[in-house]
This record gives sequence, C-alpha cells and structure tokens, in this order.
Amino acid sequence: MNEGGGLIGPVLAGYLYLIAAVLFIVGLKRLQSPKTARRGNQIGALGMLLAIVVTLIHYEILNPWVIVAGIVVGGGVGLWLAKTVEMTAMPQLVAAFNGFGGAASALVAAAEYIENSGSASFDLRAAITVALTVLVGGVTFSGSFVAYAKLQGLVPGRPFGYPGQKVGDSILVLVILGLLVWLIVGGSSLVLWLLLALSLVLGIVRVIPIGGADMPVVISFLNAFSGIAAMLAGFVIQENALIISGALVGASGMILTNIMVKAMNRTLAHVLFAAFGGDGGGGPAGEEQPVKSATAEDVAITLGYANSVIVVPGYGLAVAQAQHTLRELADLLEERGVDVRYAIHPVAGRMPGHMNVLLAEADVPYDKLFDLDEINGDFPHTDVALVVGANDVVNPSARDDPSSPIYGMPILDVDKAKTAIVIKRSLSPGFAGIDNPLFYKDNTLMFFSDAKRGLSSIAAAVKEL
Amino acid sequence: MDPLLISITVTVLAGFVGFEVITKVPPTLHTPLMSGSNAISGITIIGALVVAGRYGGTAGVVLGFLAVAFAMINVVGGFMVTDRMLEMFKSKERP
Repeated sequence: MNEGGGLIGPVLAGYLYLIAAVLFIVGLKRLQSPKTARRGNQIGALGMLLAIVVTLIHYEILNPWVIVAGIVVGGGVGLWLAKTVEMTAMPQLVAAFNGFGGAASALVAAAEYIENSGSASFDLRAAITVALTVLVGGVTFSGSFVAYAKLQGLVPGRPFGYPGQKVGDSILVLVILGLLVWLIVGGSSLVLWLLLALSLVLGIVRVIPIGGADMPVVISFLNAFSGIAAMLAGFVIQENALIISGALVGASGMILTNIMVKAMNRTLAHVLFAAFGGDGGGGPAGEEQPVKSATAEDVAITLGYANSVIVVPGYGLAVAQAQHTLRELADLLEERGVDVRYAIHPVAGRMPGHMNVLLAEADVPYDKLFDLDEINGDFPHTDVALVVGANDVVNPSARDDPSSPIYGMPILDVDKAKTAIVIKRSLSPGFAGIDNPLFYKDNTLMFFSDAKRGLSSIAAAVKEL
Repeated sequence: MDPLLISITVTVLAGFVGFEVITKVPPTLHTPLMSGSNAISGITIIGALVVAGRYGGTAGVVLGFLAVAFAMINVVGGFMVTDRMLEMFKSKERP
C-alpha cells in the first residue's frame, strides 16, 4: 500500500484493513451453526463496508465519478440479482458472481500494468503478479460463465469433446505460458491483451467439455479460483486485506471441491480432463425385470402406518418444484405421529448444500436434515425410505457391484430400510445413465408419477386414512 | 523484510486459518458458505477503487469503472443473497 493522499495515513489504514480481515474470519466462523450464520454473514458485510470506506478516504481519488458510477451500476445489478433469483437457480448465480469477481481482479491487474508498467516502481514482482492475476482472473471469468450457461440450459449440459482436443489444449497452454513469460520479462500492453484473450479461451475450452452432473465440482473449483485471483490482486497492489480474504476463499473453495469430488467418487483431474456423465449408454437391460408398482393409496398406507420415515430428496424434486408439497405430506405424517427425517446426499442438488437451501425455503426445519454420515446407519431400523427425484445417490451397485461405473461412490442405503418407496416418472436411468437395481428389489415399491403430482395424491390419500 | 516474503507469509497463514474455520462448517450451510465466501472474494473491490481513482488515462478510467462495477456486483449480490438464504434456515423450536 502506498501513496496515501487522503484523510488517514497508511498506518491507520493498514490497521483498519486488518480489522476488516478479522471481521471476515469472525463472520465465517459464525457459519459453523445455522443459529449464528445470519449474523456471521452480516459481520462479513460490515467488514467489507469498512474496507471500502477506508479505501475511499485513504487513497487519493482523482476521478470520483468513475467510482460513483461503478458503485451505483454494480451495486444495483448485484442487488437486483440477489433479490430476484429463484433458489433453484442459486448455482448459476454463484457461478456468475464468481465470474464477476474473477473479471474484476483481472481488470485491476490490467489497469495497473497499462498505467504503471513504465514507472520505476513496476519491478519484477509487480510484473509476475500482474501476469498471474490476468491469467487466473480471465480463466475464472470465462469458465464461470460457461458453467452459468450450462446450468441455465443456454448450452447443452451434456459433456462433449472435439477431435484433437488434448493436442489443441496443450498448444493453448504452451502459448499462454509463453505469453506469461514474455509479459514478465518485457512485453507490452499488446502481450497483456493477448494473454487476457487466451486466458478467456482457456476457461471456455476447459469447462465446455465437462458434463452437467459435474458442475458442483466445477463451481466449487471456480470459487477457489476467484479467491486466488483476489489474493493475487492483493500481491499486485500490495494489500494484505486482499491477500488474507483471497486466501480464505481459496481455502474454502478447495475444501468444498474436495468434498464434492469425494461424494462423486471422482478425482479432480478426472472431472476436469475427462468428459463424463449422461452419455446415455444405459447399463444392463432393466426392462425385463419385474418391479412392484404401487398406487397413491398403497404408498399412503405404508407411510401413514409407519413409525419412522426417512425422506431422500434428489434434484428431480427441485425440478418439479415439489418441495412445498413434500413438506405438506411430511406435516400430515407427523400429525399421525410418524417420525419424519430427511437424508441429504452431498450431491443431491447442483452445488454443495443446495438441497438444504431448497428445503429451508419450503420451511423444513434444519434440525430434521441429516447428511450421509449422520443418517446412513439408521436405515436398517427405519420403516420406510421415501426416495423422491433421486436415483444415482441411492443406487446399491455403487456399493455392491465392482463392475459398475459408479462403484465406490458413497450412497444412502435406502435398500436397507424395511420398505423403500421410489417416486419416479419412469424406469429411465439417471444422470449418469446407469441402471438402478434398487427398483427391482422385493422391498421396493415404485410409484410412477411426476414428483409434485405424486406427492399431492399421496398427501390426499393420507388424509383419507 | 522483503515485501514479497511478507505477502507470501500472510497467504500461507491465512490459508491455514481458512482451512481450520471452513472445515467446521456443516454441510447444511455449504451453499451459503460458498455464496458468502464468494462475496468476501469481492474484496478485490479495494484494488478496483484504487485503480479507478488513481489513473486518469482512458484505459484506466474504462478498466477502473468495469472493475468497480464487477466487484460491486460480486460484493452486494453475494452478501444479499446469502442473507436471503440464511433467513430461511429455521429450527423446529420456532414455529
């Protein structure tokens, strides 16, 4: 931090930035419980406000209107997006926010280079950090918007590759590395723009081949990247507040990436470098095997006279907008004295924790939601497991069949419950295109219906009991 | 001490703090964690304000404006949407 021209000196500003960083850490710490989380987020926002105010009064501002315009436009767009987004669209929104953050970091570095690279203070350290920030910020920006487009359905969610992809990508990476070195040892603004342009291309070609099913990993990973971009921007302007916050977010993104990758039984390298998921190659022909098909009345009797029910919601529930109907059914069952809990697989939604938010929106209390490790041991002494819109995360082949492509993926053991009820439109395989032996088990009842219509007809039948 | 060494020291220590704090966040809050930490990565707004205020050239003004606007979308949108989500999380004690 240098050239403080405003009302407070650099030392005081430094301390105030430190307080802002501490507020971020305190705020994140409060996210450890749903009771304190909201206040924690507000503490973080307070830290951000402090950092912004300190910056505005500490640094000499030559053209305040540029700043006012940026704050008004950006703040307005951010506010509008936050207020209007549907909870099902949260993954897209977070992807877009990641992208804007990455773009801002890249632009900070680009402006610093263009306006300052001729001066004496622009040393080797500055050149290295500018080059890296432009690269990471650019990849974050374009990668995030490809993820956004995939999740929003603007481009096909299925994974696809193109001929010569590996060779093309390798050449691209080599050219980028060359530009990086060129920019550091000499270079010009033309090299900078070329580096930025190719970083954008790299983000696009790296995310396009990744299938929709892997997007939770991609979003988490890009989240880490947006933090790293902010951290590098902190190196560029030599400001510890950016470095601390960026490193926090980088760590958070990497942890979430790791959790997602483990929950999907994948490795990060496999997600990023192999097109996978939903290629439609169905497993062993399932149509031949008999299934036990049930009516709404059958399901209502099984649920209504059970002692304990564990609901396993999947993304199909959210697609059908059936969270509220599910909640109504659960209320009816609880009135009858049935113990109803929810088992949430880490990849039940389209991003980490997504299903929990969707159920919270439907007023399901958070203390009824349990993650895989907490609840999996309870299935053998549970009367009914009710699976709504989930498929691969309850597929026993992941546990029992070493030849299955999803073998080793952690699953919810719904087949161990006394009865498993699956609400599903048809026997078609899920996102990963793999047949599910659960559907053909003796203790499994299949209720063929759309999630919302099915749940409301079950609820109506429970009322009749 | 060399400024680069200071920066790297801060990075490493902050990374460990982040790891310790974040691993204890329960899975139920992972989406708000992601959107909230995403808002914190909008701290790059500081850099955006500095370059937007400091440089008077055309490139500086245009890049500065865009950087401030993008970072503000990230900051305001991130904190607001996280608040909106966390408001919905209720325990069963409260009817």
